Amino acid sequence: MTISKTTIGRRGLLKGGVALGAAGLAAPTFFNSPARADMHTGYLNAPQGGSVTLGFNVPQSGPYADEGADELRAYKLAVKHLNGEGDGGMMNTFSSKALQGNGILGKKVEYVTGDTQTKSDAARASAKSMIEKDGAIMITGGSSSGVAVAVQALCQETGIIFMAGLTHSNDTTGKDRKANGFRHFFNSYMSGAALAPVLAANYGADRKAYHLTADYNWGYTTEEAVTQATEAMGWETVNTVKTPLTQTDFSSYIAPVLQSDADVLVLNHYGGNMVNSLTNAVQFGLRDKMVNNKNFEIVVPLYSRLMAKGAGANVKGIFGSTNWHWSLQDEGSKAFVKSFGTEYGFPPSQAAHTTYVQTLLYADACERAGTFNPCGVGEALEGYFFSGLGNGPTIYRKEDHQCFKDVLVVKGKENPESEFDLLEVVEVTPMSKVWYSPDHPQMGGEAATLGECNTGA
Amino acid sequence: MEAILLQILNGLDKGSAYALIALGLTLIFGTLGVVNFAHGALFMIGAFCAVMLSRIMNYSRVIIDESRTDFLGNPLKVEVPYLHDWFGPEIGQTMIEWSVPLAIIFSIPVMWVVGYVMERGLIRHFYKRPHADQILVTFGLAIVLQEIVKHFFGANPIPTPAPPAFAGSFDVGALIGFDPNVIIYPYWRLIYFAFAALIIGAVFAFLQFTTFGLVVRAGMNDRETVGLLGIDIDKRFTTMFAIAACVAGLAGVMYAPINAPNYHMGMDFLVLSFVVVVVGGMGSLGGAVLAGFLLGVLESIASMSQVIEYLPGINQIVIYLVAIIILLTRPRGLMGRKGVMEE
Repeated sequence: MTISKTTIGRRGLLKGGVALGAAGLAAPTFFNSPARADMHTGYLNAPQGGSVTLGFNVPQSGPYADEGADELRAYKLAVKHLNGEGDGGMMNTFSSKALQGNGILGKKVEYVTGDTQTKSDAARASAKSMIEKDGAIMITGGSSSGVAVAVQALCQETGIIFMAGLTHSNDTTGKDRKANGFRHFFNSYMSGAALAPVLAANYGADRKAYHLTADYNWGYTTEEAVTQATEAMGWETVNTVKTPLTQTDFSSYIAPVLQSDADVLVLNHYGGNMVNSLTNAVQFGLRDKMVNNKNFEIVVPLYSRLMAKGAGANVKGIFGSTNWHWSLQDEGSKAFVKSFGTEYGFPPSQAAHTTYVQTLLYADACERAGTFNPCGVGEALEGYFFSGLGNGPTIYRKEDHQCFKDVLVVKGKENPESEFDLLEVVEVTPMSKVWYSPDHPQMGGEAATLGECNTGA
Repeated sequence: MEAILLQILNGLDKGSAYALIALGLTLIFGTLGVVNFAHGALFMIGAFCAVMLSRIMNYSRVIIDESRTDFLGNPLKVEVPYLHDWFGPEIGQTMIEWSVPLAIIFSIPVMWVVGYVMERGLIRHFYKRPHADQILVTFGLAIVLQEIVKHFFGANPIPTPAPPAFAGSFDVGALIGFDPNVIIYPYWRLIYFAFAALIIGAVFAFLQFTTFGLVVRAGMNDRETVGLLGIDIDKRFTTMFAIAACVAGLAGVMYAPINAPNYHMGMDFLVLSFVVVVVGGMGSLGGAVLAGFLLGVLESIASMSQVIEYLPGINQIVIYLVAIIILLTRPRGLMGRKGVMEE
């Protein structure tokens, strides 16, 4: 049975998911595509010797440097596994068996790194340098949607595949989607769709929410996604306030919440913004307040374990969503945690997970396509069903290059047993509940298109 | 009305931090004539003194708990702080929880040494150089200091909570005749405000009522004449630099529970503090304090949703708008002296 390279709707997706579990994967149809004929010529940076170079573009300085460091650890681990070193990690649990531990298409995998500094211009410059000077065949990484969108556009212009790292804004695979760009990480829409039912079940359908939103692209899409999803559950949005990205003390934004009629505060913040706004909200006693005869609640739509650590005990009992968590007990997650933990001495973050997975997916697509040609690789990824990489059955949707998979709703753990044990998974929202049409208004509507694949030739 | 009062409290609290940093900046500028862009880094180092002391007090031995497992399935390693062994779990834990107030004592010698070394080792070589050179070297120093801190402590914020006794909020409204739970304010922020007032008062008293302060004030007015009287003004100015470093450091220590310290927190405050100094008047200690509180209150009021509704984005520009207006109407700032930075 061939289930790759399909245009798929929700119903088809469910059928395909069942079929995947029952029958596994069969040979994809694109093996006969023209891209296979010209294996290592006719595209930018076609590898000529016995090795192939990947470009890892992560924040090595700036406020997301710790997240970038974890991404880099995961990339290095993926390279080891691809080259047949180490225990193989998730290559052993991956539904595709195209990867043999002999590099990619028989070429040893090498890598170069760049520092995005979490700045779009710096990220583009480092990606450009890796493409032009180091001959990188693929660029991957990033810990910010602004960076991801900028680097994705560069890769599209130059004719290189971009495998996005941690980027959560709808725009990456929404209005700014590109034919050469692919995202495994989930997005704002999915966070809203997964969180809203859990929030309604725990806090009731009659709630008044006040949003504080980081004043940039990701903040807007997250606010839009969460307000729409919670309003559909019966919540009322009483106010939405934009906060400057450079804000450190949120007291003057928290104080009006106390004076409002709201009984829920939604913090559409990430990184240092999230740590500070959540800390300030707890300091002001919001969690001890009773409003409208209900306990006041706080919600953080996007959680990161590394950032939750910065907020300390303030995260206890607070709901949010995450792409992956090391405590998952599926075979893929266990294999990855064991491999990463043995190598580095601590469990991987969600940023490490998504970057490791993206590297394996890229390598696997090259193997299945039989070429590094970006258009061939892209074709191999489009509509591709897989499993065994920690998120259950997953599809890379053809229309927008967004991965669809289960989404985790998590809560700050009340009694953590270690410094890593900060979040607990309270719900695994199935893929079908976070599915949306490619022309959804939050994703840029009908105007959003991938454009044409670019080989850079 | 309640909302405005709450924002005034917020403004005074924010203003406390601005005033303390700007006070140190003005002390250095007024005495040494140096525009110190590394002053924010001193604030950050102060906050990391609290982190460091917390880590020292949490220094632990490791025991293996066979009944539990870690994330790899191995027996769990549990850390037991030595303070628990030495003083018992309860007293030991209480000491750890009070690490931030204790860090006030810890930070003073640390900041003194940092300030002294910074002045003697680098900044004194730039006294006679143009302000542009001073800005470049001190800005470079700030980057070096924050990268050193990042190397040892990482890039993510590190939670450094206040003692549990100061958790929660105080009902300020009930004290002044409002309904209960209408104007509540976190205890630690009130303590921060009182602490800032104490430090500012102490610095002014030191300069006003001690012989040392008299000499320094004289030196700020006329360095050459004080030198001709046979007084080693440089030595006193070095001490003033160390005092300014301690003021910034103390501001940082007490700020650690308000926002988890990270390596770039100094830069976040630096630009605002310079605006505070300019609005207050270059070289004017009173101006720095006044402008710190004034801009803190204005920034808080501009963040109210009722204000943003009518003037979108005002919260992001209000401080700079006020700075422009004040500099246009009073070019020397609120309390600036004639002749400072005017040569």
